[in-house]
Amino acid sequence: MSNPEEILDPELKLYEKRKGVYPKAVDGTFRKLKWAIMAVTLGIYYITPWIRWDRGPYAPDQAVLVDLANRRFFMFGIEIWPHEFYYVAGMLVMAGIGLFLVTSAVGRAWCGYSCPQTVWTDLFQHIERAIDGDRNAQFRLQDAPWGLKKIAKRLSKWTVWLLVAMATGGAWIFYFADAPTLAREFFTGEAAFVAYATVGVLTATTFIFGGFMREQVCVYMCPWPRIQAAMMDEKSLTVTYKDWRGEPRGSVKKAEAQPGSFGDCIDCNQCVAVCPTGIDIREGPQIGCITCALCIDACDKVMDQVGRPRGLIDYVTSEDAELEKAGQAHTPVLKTLFRPRTILYFSVWGAIGMAMLFAVGNRTRIDISANHDRNPLYVQLADGDVRNAYTANLRNMENRPRTMEISMSGLGQAVLWSSEGARETAGQTVTVKVPADSVGRVRLFVAAPGAGPQREEFSFTVQAEDDRTAQDTHDVFFERPERAE
Amino acid sequence: MVDKQRVDEATGTKTVGHEWDGIEELDTPMPRWWLWTLYATIIWALVYVILYPAWPMLNSATEGVLGWSSRGEYQKAVDAREAELEPIRQALVSTDIHDLPKNTALLNEAIQGGRSAFKVHCVQCHGAGAAGSKGYPNLNDDEWLWGGDMEAIEYTLIHGIRNPDHDETRFSQMPAFGRDGILQPNEIQDLVSHVRVLSNREQPSASATRGAALFEINCTICHGNDAKGDRMQGAPNLTDAINLYGLDRASLTETITNSRYGVMPRWGQRLDAATIRMLTAYVHSLGGGEAAPVEDASAEQAAATSEGETPSDEQS
Ligand code: SF4
Ligand code: SF4
Repeated sequence: MSNPEEILDPELKLYEKRKGVYPKAVDGTFRKLKWAIMAVTLGIYYITPWIRWDRGPYAPDQAVLVDLANRRFFMFGIEIWPHEFYYVAGMLVMAGIGLFLVTSAVGRAWCGYSCPQTVWTDLFQHIERAIDGDRNAQFRLQDAPWGLKKIAKRLSKWTVWLLVAMATGGAWIFYFADAPTLAREFFTGEAAFVAYATVGVLTATTFIFGGFMREQVCVYMCPWPRIQAAMMDEKSLTVTYKDWRGEPRGSVKKAEAQPGSFGDCIDCNQCVAVCPTGIDIREGPQIGCITCALCIDACDKVMDQVGRPRGLIDYVTSEDAELEKAGQAHTPVLKTLFRPRTILYFSVWGAIGMAMLFAVGNRTRIDISANHDRNPLYVQLADGDVRNAYTANLRNMENRPRTMEISMSGLGQAVLWSSEGARETAGQTVTVKVPADSVGRVRLFVAAPGAGPQREEFSFTVQAEDDRTAQDTHDVFFERPERAE
Repeated sequence: MVDKQRVDEATGTKTVGHEWDGIEELDTPMPRWWLWTLYATIIWALVYVILYPAWPMLNSATEGVLGWSSRGEYQKAVDAREAELEPIRQALVSTDIHDLPKNTALLNEAIQGGRSAFKVHCVQCHGAGAAGSKGYPNLNDDEWLWGGDMEAIEYTLIHGIRNPDHDETRFSQMPAFGRDGILQPNEIQDLVSHVRVLSNREQPSASATRGAALFEINCTICHGNDAKGDRMQGAPNLTDAINLYGLDRASLTETITNSRYGVMPRWGQRLDAATIRMLTAYVHSLGGGEAAPVEDASAEQAAATSEGETPSDEQS
């Protein structure tokens, strides 16, 4: 039997324990950009459900509302009914293609700046630094034995995290109900169970993902890095360490001692210290890099201090990197930006957007569908006429009650009445009151002379009395008995 | 075997003691989570057996402490629904049938309920779409033997048609003109011609003219001088496009020779008043329902009930 040590080679372990990441605070252009984007994205997230939008007395006054109970989706001036869900699908397609476009042009900008995972992790790390101190203090605290101070710090950090997590999960539910009402009900314990459950689940996930999982979400769980890796090419911007300029590394002192034999990187490890995912960009592009550009900020600061040109770590396309290495000038930015790939993405994205705008602008907010009675298909009337019956559904997609007029065309001397009318008073049209933003149902009777083809096509047309321009038509059949006797 | 057991150096685990061609098996213990899951399922099973029906016995299974049964669940659901519907049923019974059409909400509830009840009690004869068939009237059309306003429909439903053991039942009997020897077969053929001319199925003929004379003597008492029938006696209108037993020569010959005797049960003894009212509303809603005749309503009010306002048109 072989020696256990030989079999259990530590290198071959199937499980790698997470190495703690304690990113150092940094300031600079990209850090400022990140602050700004964090403010904007969090602002949008928290404020949106509270924006009011007057739709009159028959519809909610919340600008953005996903009303699951009543199956309506409100977004400012647009209201979407369940059968129009393709607008939402279209928006998702646009979001997808938009991400392709952004990724092929500027790389993983989504990951670095606007992904919720990034934004909340960033927020959590700021809280961590505010309570535990910067990188080195965090190291010390981590290694320190559990004592009063450590417990107090941990408890206060987790409490603040939990509060942020609750605020995050809490804000989510306001998109699905009237925000002020729900807020009141939520705090008085009257809200629906599903509201509390949602807040609970989202609080837990935020707390765990932002506080403990962090970069592991990006490296192991998220599909985006894989997809984005496929979307990027040699003309996509990415954070690059210019090894041709930096290597071999050596401290300022060494460089002074042996001028000419060292590169620009002084091996200060600042880029590693600030990295929120704990990687070393100098090892080359890697999946752990979310291109947040904080290492650029850190490195630029160092270069300023030692009096060397900025941009040892920089946003560069890999094509430009090759050119620069060979001592040539970069490809012009416009040429990099406008290339078949980006133009194709942009045109597809724009075409879908235009098509949706056109469709939204042209849709009618009225709709009729009529079902012919199956049993019986026709009814012989005493005076020789034949009657058919239909069940019509009238969609009133406007936020006001409307009187609708159903008329028929294409059926000779027929008359039309509804279950509320009578054949004696029947005419060519039927009027129905349909409540605001709902579907009205009416039973229609049509009587026509018994002599005629066994099956005749005709149509119902619906118009709203307050807006004659919009109408909808549905084709149906009129059936007669076989002539036997 | 056991003596062959030894500790494997590489893993520090005992072997099971078997050896096949130098291959040994490690006695690796069950993973903890697996073991605990097993224990948990055992406990679960024990609790389940105590709480719920489990052991099959001769006639039924053990009942379980909770007394749960799928039949019980079903009964509970049915009871809950009945309780929900109770107010509607009560409102239906206490509303005057003439007022029902005005109360749209209640009427709609009644029609819904009637639709279900119809599927249980009536489809056997009248068909799923209430379109009937030969001998079973189509309830969608506008021809009514006994009247098509709500009150008349309800009366028919409660008392049925031709229930010999019931005084208030709708009753009429057409003579079997041929079988009883009242008319000769050739006379019956003449009558058939006449009836077919009445409903525009045939061109006037000598036979039809002879039939007209026979009709006047034998049929007008019930079917009327104009052959338009009489609802008091359930005598059908012979001039329109609808006939319960068919207007072809063979059917008419059979009807006049042997007469017909359609029967409908009286639902008053089988169904409660609310269900009957629901059925009434449903049948009335199918398309042929008639408005209550004005003079009938006032007479009815004066005669049957003392409640409500005094009929103002009594003198007119
Ligand atoms: S890898 Fe995924 S989770 Fe991480 S920043 Fe990018 S998109 Fe967000
Ligand atoms: S290597 Fe630089 S750009 Fe990449 S994640 Fe780390 S700090 Fe951000």
